[in-house]
Amino acid sequence: MTLLISALAAVICTVIWYKNLPANEMRFDILCFMFWGATIMWFVDAIFEYAELGAEYFTPAAEDMLNDMFLGLSVVVFALIVWVVILIIKDPKGVVKAALLKKKA
Amino acid sequence: MACFLVPATEAVVTTIATKIIEKKENVKTSVSEEHTEVPEVKIPLSKKMKWLNGMLWGGSLLLAYEHLWHGEVVPYFPFLSAASNAEDAAEMLHEMSTVGVTMAVLVTCIWGGVVAVANVIASRKHKEAENQGE
Repeated sequence: MTLLISALAAVICTVIWYKNLPANEMRFDILCFMFWGATIMWFVDAIFEYAELGAEYFTPAAEDMLNDMFLGLSVVVFALIVWVVILIIKDPKGVVKAALLKKKA
Repeated sequence: MACFLVPATEAVVTTIATKIIEKKENVKTSVSEEHTEVPEVKIPLSKKMKWLNGMLWGGSLLLAYEHLWHGEVVPYFPFLSAASNAEDAAEMLHEMSTVGVTMAVLVTCIWGGVVAVANVIASRKHKEAENQGE
């Protein structure tokens, strides 16, 4: 479930990144790299788990699935927080810097 | 258990390599700017390396979060719950050498594929620009 949620997030972010090209002012590429990297790594994890469990891998217990779904969603939120922090620090549009340096009239 | 440490270690190495490559490219660019007549459409290696860094750091970070969720990473020494006893530590090292290494290799292979596709696109653009110039 975590792999599925991560893969879905990766695809959605890639589509948003593509739609915003060539400007890329919102740095959606950061989210793409994070989600694709995690998706590949969880995919490897899934392959090893499948090799160990066999077909049982595809029939997880409801409780495990719910926990994995909760984890997947919190991973997405965590990645979004990381992205927002990087966005504010890098400030590609220069708006944060402008707002901080703005003198009161 | 701690499989994310392998791609994270690779990320450290590739980030250092990127910084060195970037420095060399900056020196080269300043020299070639004085001599080149037609600008070449080429993606700098440092930019390609940043794609790999992004995937390795991003993936490792999200996996570290997952390990924290499962209690495999703890906020106190030795920071990995499996490192507290020899039996779990051996299992952890085995997982790192199998799952962790495969993760790092697959991410690098996929990055290699992306770079190959990007090179083809860049060379096509260069040929188109040459044809238009004739």
